[in-house]
Amino acid sequence: MSATMMERREFLKVTVGASSGLLIGFYLPFAGAAAAAPAGEVFKPNAFVRIAPDETISVVCNHSEMGQGVYTSLPMLLADEMDADWTKVRYEPAPVDPAYNHPVFGVQMTGGSTSTWSGFEQYRKAGAAARAVLVAVAAREWSVAPEKCTTANGFVVNGDTGARQSYGLLSTKAAGIQVPAQVALKDSKDFHLIGKPLKRLDTPEKSSGKGIFGIDVSLPGMMTAVVARAPSFGAKLKTFDPAPAMAVQGVRKVTQVPTGVAVIADGFWAAKRGRDALHIEWDESAMAGFSTKSQREEYAALARQPGLVARKDGDAAAALARASKKLTAVYEVPYLSHAMMEPLNCAVDLRADHCEIWVGTQFQTGDRYAAAQIAGLKPEHVELHTTLLGGGFGRRANPASDFVGEAVHVAKAAGAPVKVIWTREDDMHGGFYRPAYYHALEGCVDSGGAPLAWSHRIVGQSILAGTPFAAMVKNGIDDSSVEGAADLPYAIPNVSVELHTTKNPVPVLWWRSVGHSHTAFVKESFFDELCAAGGKDPYQMRRALLAGHPRELGVLDLVAEKSGWGKPLPAGRGRGIAVHASFGSFAAMVAEASVSDGGKVRVHRVVTAIDCGRYVNPGIIEAQLEGGAIFGMTAALHDELTFEGGRLQQSNFHNYPMLRMNECPEIEAHAIRSDEKPGGIGEPGVPCAAPAVANAIFAATGKRVRKLPIRMSEAV
Amino acid sequence: MISFRVNGKPVELNVDPAMPLLWAIRENLGLTGTKFGCGVAQCGACTVLIDGGAVRSCVTPVSRAAGREVTTIEGLSADLSHPLQRAWIEIDVPQCGYCQSGQIMSASGLLRAKPKPTDEDIDQAMTGNICRCGTYPRIRRAIHRAAEMMAERGAK
Repeated sequence: MSATMMERREFLKVTVGASSGLLIGFYLPFAGAAAAAPAGEVFKPNAFVRIAPDETISVVCNHSEMGQGVYTSLPMLLADEMDADWTKVRYEPAPVDPAYNHPVFGVQMTGGSTSTWSGFEQYRKAGAAARAVLVAVAAREWSVAPEKCTTANGFVVNGDTGARQSYGLLSTKAAGIQVPAQVALKDSKDFHLIGKPLKRLDTPEKSSGKGIFGIDVSLPGMMTAVVARAPSFGAKLKTFDPAPAMAVQGVRKVTQVPTGVAVIADGFWAAKRGRDALHIEWDESAMAGFSTKSQREEYAALARQPGLVARKDGDAAAALARASKKLTAVYEVPYLSHAMMEPLNCAVDLRADHCEIWVGTQFQTGDRYAAAQIAGLKPEHVELHTTLLGGGFGRRANPASDFVGEAVHVAKAAGAPVKVIWTREDDMHGGFYRPAYYHALEGCVDSGGAPLAWSHRIVGQSILAGTPFAAMVKNGIDDSSVEGAADLPYAIPNVSVELHTTKNPVPVLWWRSVGHSHTAFVKESFFDELCAAGGKDPYQMRRALLAGHPRELGVLDLVAEKSGWGKPLPAGRGRGIAVHASFGSFAAMVAEASVSDGGKVRVHRVVTAIDCGRYVNPGIIEAQLEGGAIFGMTAALHDELTFEGGRLQQSNFHNYPMLRMNECPEIEAHAIRSDEKPGGIGEPGVPCAAPAVANAIFAATGKRVRKLPIRMSEAV
Repeated sequence: MISFRVNGKPVELNVDPAMPLLWAIRENLGLTGTKFGCGVAQCGACTVLIDGGAVRSCVTPVSRAAGREVTTIEGLSADLSHPLQRAWIEIDVPQCGYCQSGQIMSASGLLRAKPKPTDEDIDQAMTGNICRCGTYPRIRRAIHRAAEMMAERGAK
């Protein structure tokens, strides 16, 4: 072990600021740090807590708050170990620094439903270390052994005398204190915050209009820009005439940037009017022949050919060849937009030797690096402030750093602080969609009616290919294309899952629940088809083939019980069930649906459950399940992006509709209390929605939905 | 010059009269609680009250506010004491929070017109407000809860 590493492990720095109270910077080994953390970087510096003399405890959050509640769950983890007074706990976003890197991914980012579980030990250790410092300060004050001191609710208590001192007061007396880096964590039975449905800390600022999102950032002398981007992917700018835009009052500059033409003005309205006035000619030949129809034909042809093997158990082809009755099905899902309520935006103040950025991002490390490259600065000279995110869903974690990089380009031209605002149409046309996929399936059941063979071929684009994460593609298989399909949990003796990875100019990206957003729909729907073919109850058949999977069974049984599975329903309604594991968690759902004579689908009730291991805040988990169900139902019932002549055909919420209040079913969400390893929350609630609804439609009507969004005219 | 009142205070703006009220509120008056979501009155994130009635400020020319009283989320209360804000906090409605100013202002318009709204009234008044995070079930509960609080306050 090197001297530096020794120092990092053994030494805990304590500095006392005049007004800011105690800042604890310390070094802790990451337990369970996985693959992505490079060797030799096991000990990362961390600075997660600030204690002010006024007793305020600020928890520095290394993950972005985009609705999933990390500005509450991470502080809960830290405050519990610290024995802090919860009413004094605040949150603040972390600056960009390796200290705040994701302990598993090795970069600073928010994604993959990992924030709370990856912070589970990190934030508890930070809290325990802070507590140890405060105990040491008090013990020195009282000249007693630290072991004689206890802590509760923001105080250290002298076990001999009963005297007590507050954390805020102790924080001012901490100079010179050293404590061992080894800190013991609480036994889970002693948690007083973890596991409780505490109110979110960010609700007040989100109910008063005071919360600052990226689009709300205002800087002295700031201008606003909109960019006229290519009308189709890969299009090249031929010529443009800035004069009509410059003629608009308030427009200050019109300039070419790599993504198009930026119109820089005093405010949004002038910038947008200027852009409306621009004349631009584009060469759109890159996408000229591309359409949803042509892509579908290409994918269908590929699906008839063998692909790369993602899973092979037994011999599905032989079993299918012998089957007296074979079930064949094609499932399709479209490109989807994340459609966060806050359209993309980014504010930049670029100076000769320094760049400051304000942005709602999920990928601080990548965005800062991209900005530095474009600005010609070192990353450490780029200061990135993470604002609140008006939704993320993956779109704001872009390895291409599109909305940040472009804003730095605009800032170079602006010569003043500038905020680039995307309109809704810009956001929807901006690419980085959930890929469209084509699934071809074959299956058969045995003489007892149980599934015997399962053959599944997936065709679609790779999300990881061409990004810095491409190394995660193994043997040509991008796991994000087959996750949820290749790990089919049902005990079926012959299983084959194959993948064809396609290429085209449409940029794609992870979209809340990533591969599971389509594989769960296909897997749980086709399983339902096999249940029907075998004359089996879909719940009981799942139970039978999940015998070795207690956690899937747990959530499955719970939703069956709570939904009254098997009990009579009003005429015309059906129940559908789905179960799916993702992001280290296990989710299930029962939906009740009916279809009107005109073919309109109505979801009446949803019962959903999750086993996410040891949970931190069940209130937030229930909210994520409710929201996940609605996100999944929106895709199931409404949304698709389509192309014609190379151009996207959708533009705003009138033709890319969201589920609304009047369509929202009654939703009952259950979080299972468990001692298992913590798993994800933000995404696992999404995948079951589409298959549960589709299976409910089958139960209600006998019609099978194999294509999203659901159109009864296309059901078979 | 366009004159009107915002949250009880008189304002005078020298702006393009065709500019949407949204941008006057956000950029000229610095009240950023009112949000831009779609620009075409499809999502409701920009909802404010004009003389007590909910409007989509992204398609309302600023000239239409002339001589009238505009209420934004910032004008609902200075201290989160409005029953809707109290109910929002009690039920922990927001997730990302971006749409919530608009949701609360639409709900405020609803409760002014119907102090005891039914579920159908809520569907009617709130269907123009999109929440991508899916907080609809909690918004519904919180509106009922706020109506209860207002009735209790009225009874005292």
